[in-house]
Amino acid sequence: MTIQFNDETFRDDYSFRNSDWAIKRFPFPFHEDSYMYSMNAEQHRGGPAGSVFEKRFDVDEHYISEMRDRAIVLDQDPLRCQSLPHMTLAGWDLLELIMVSKSEDYPDLFELYRDGAQWRWVNKPLGIDDTFTFMDETTLPYGPLEYITRQSQGDFALLDQRENNLWMDAGMITTQADWSLDFDIGMNFFEWHAPVPLAHEMGIFKRALKFLMNIQQGAPGRRLNWTMTVNPLLDTSPENYHKWGIQKTSLTPENIGAKQHVRVELQTFYRLPRSNALAFPIRCYLCSFQDLMTVPKWGRRLHRVVRDLPVELATYKGFIDNRPMMLDYLSQFDDGLPTSFGVFPDLDSEPPLQK
Amino acid sequence: MSAAPQKTKSGSETLNVVVSAKVPVTDLVTRFEFTRTDGAPFPPFSGGAHTVVTMQDGDRTRMNAYSLMSDPADLGIYAISVRRDDTGRGGSKFMHEHVAAGDEITITYPVNLFSLDLTAKKHIFFAGGIGITPFMSMIGQLDQIGGNWELHYSARSAALGAYADVLREKYPHKVHLYCDDADQHIPLEAILSGQPLGTHTYVCGPEGMISWVHSTAASLGWPEAHVHSEAFLAPEPGQPFEVRLCKSDKTITVGENESLLEAIERAGVDAPFLCRGGSCGMCETDVVTADGTFLHRDYWLEQEEQAAGKKIMPCVSRFLGGVLELDR
Ligand code: HEM
Repeated sequence: MTIQFNDETFRDDYSFRNSDWAIKRFPFPFHEDSYMYSMNAEQHRGGPAGSVFEKRFDVDEHYISEMRDRAIVLDQDPLRCQSLPHMTLAGWDLLELIMVSKSEDYPDLFELYRDGAQWRWVNKPLGIDDTFTFMDETTLPYGPLEYITRQSQGDFALLDQRENNLWMDAGMITTQADWSLDFDIGMNFFEWHAPVPLAHEMGIFKRALKFLMNIQQGAPGRRLNWTMTVNPLLDTSPENYHKWGIQKTSLTPENIGAKQHVRVELQTFYRLPRSNALAFPIRCYLCSFQDLMTVPKWGRRLHRVVRDLPVELATYKGFIDNRPMMLDYLSQFDDGLPTSFGVFPDLDSEPPLQK
Repeated sequence: MSAAPQKTKSGSETLNVVVSAKVPVTDLVTRFEFTRTDGAPFPPFSGGAHTVVTMQDGDRTRMNAYSLMSDPADLGIYAISVRRDDTGRGGSKFMHEHVAAGDEITITYPVNLFSLDLTAKKHIFFAGGIGITPFMSMIGQLDQIGGNWELHYSARSAALGAYADVLREKYPHKVHLYCDDADQHIPLEAILSGQPLGTHTYVCGPEGMISWVHSTAASLGWPEAHVHSEAFLAPEPGQPFEVRLCKSDKTITVGENESLLEAIERAGVDAPFLCRGGSCGMCETDVVTADGTFLHRDYWLEQEEQAAGKKIMPCVSRFLGGVLELDR
């Protein structure tokens, strides 16, 4: 299908909207009626046609507007993109991975022509047609990491693998759930995960690190993570907390359906071939409560998950104060009927709301 | 999440290749070059990576890991170099005698358990014999990105030092060859002393050489994280033993010349693996009950774990005695 790109904002007047298509394919993160941290990883090799899991790097209707928002963030704060000197090779690896994947997966939108080290990259949605020399930084307007991630939705962390650990040594981080690349740069897996509650005690991070260090070339993986965001903000960074944190107090029973968004991260893991580094793209999808409630199964389930979520998690995810108001709203959409297993809407088989 | 449930395959992704050339390098070493059956370029790889080659030897499936030693910048071919070992379990002998140019075989995607530390200011390589192979691709990679390196290569004789001639010709000031028959020895202490801060060293060769480099570096105050090694562990033959696989409800006998992992696979049980050489940790298996002696040979389990007898690495380790039940 050809994608109709939206012209929308993720700040100020928040004109961001999801089409019906985008709502149906939203990566709802709960496969059952409760949630706890787990090593919920699987292989990343396709998924149902049209779903966000189908392509290696999903492109959707928000593409052009998200890239515009990223440019604004970078303009105000260039430190959102950093790469330690030894990570340049990994940057080229990522550029190659994204260009090859997108040109193969979306031939109508992206084209890549390679003649030895002479590459021509055509990005039709963004109106880019550049010729450059692969592995020669002087032939691109930015470093390879910044160049390609100014054209790719989602954040990107590049992890160097050494000393039996992963090190956050490069990244493009502008759509993050309240963490900072400038703070985390140079940290290892356990250091940057230190603020997360419960998961350390559960041994999850030890297993997760082992799993990630064994991700091999040609066999990428993926998992979902989620949190809550008031207003469709991409940039919920600690740097700008003073701007968005207070918006959490603007929720009312009247506006919560439109203002409160579930924020889902589709995280993928790729072993990079030349640098042996790990690429960790973190793609953010937003969906308002009221749009989610158009899918009866999701309405029933979201109420139960939010109601039963451990206090530690609701606190860490920053919505403990708003939880009672959320539950008042969500309970209207829970009729107590059982739900089908799995994340998909199942609109044909799940009954409509019985109240 | 299970968006699209898929069976996780053991091992890694595979590539179908044709043996495009079989080239004698020394009396003992032969190089095998591969091109892809579908004619496509190979995936890029990093210096130090290996591939696992699957060989069909009658009804026996052999899988051996070999370092990729071609130039990482050339995606037209992959190459490995195999040293013939007449005393081992026969994998290298099979390659030498039965694999010929034109044969179609399967290899895995590159896996790197011995990569360059790209934060290093300088890289010093120590190779013993066939241990030269991973350094061939590391040197290729450093050449491309302009890294600072030197190689100290010890061989029985100049004639048995695979690739010593090409390396010395191309890098006369960086490559140092030491031949046993000329009574030449690597002056390890002198080399490791007085290196600039941020130097990393890498060793690949016989076990004795690896521990020599590690202990010498440690005694000179080198940080452990700056000393990297890759041992060539091949499963060793041993006495046959019987194993009960609880999950699959099967009892198998591990033959003298096969590894426990191979016996599990032969029984049709899918078991995870990557390196098949005791270092990646992928095939780690829980022991349910054991009455006998473990012959742990891996580099993965901690010493206490080996002593506890609750885990075994079936790619290289064996068992002697009565009962062994595994959670597989
Ligand atoms: C290399 C890949 C990864 C990177 C770069 C990464 C990065 C991060 C960062 C920056 C945070 C925020 C921490 C903070 O509060 O400052 C986080 C949170 C978290 N990470 Fe990871 N992570 C990675 C892989 C994983 C994996 C494989 C797991 C598997 C269990 C995991 C589990 C979690 C959990 C449970 C949280 C808390 C999330 C929440 O409740 O919203 N991470 N991660």
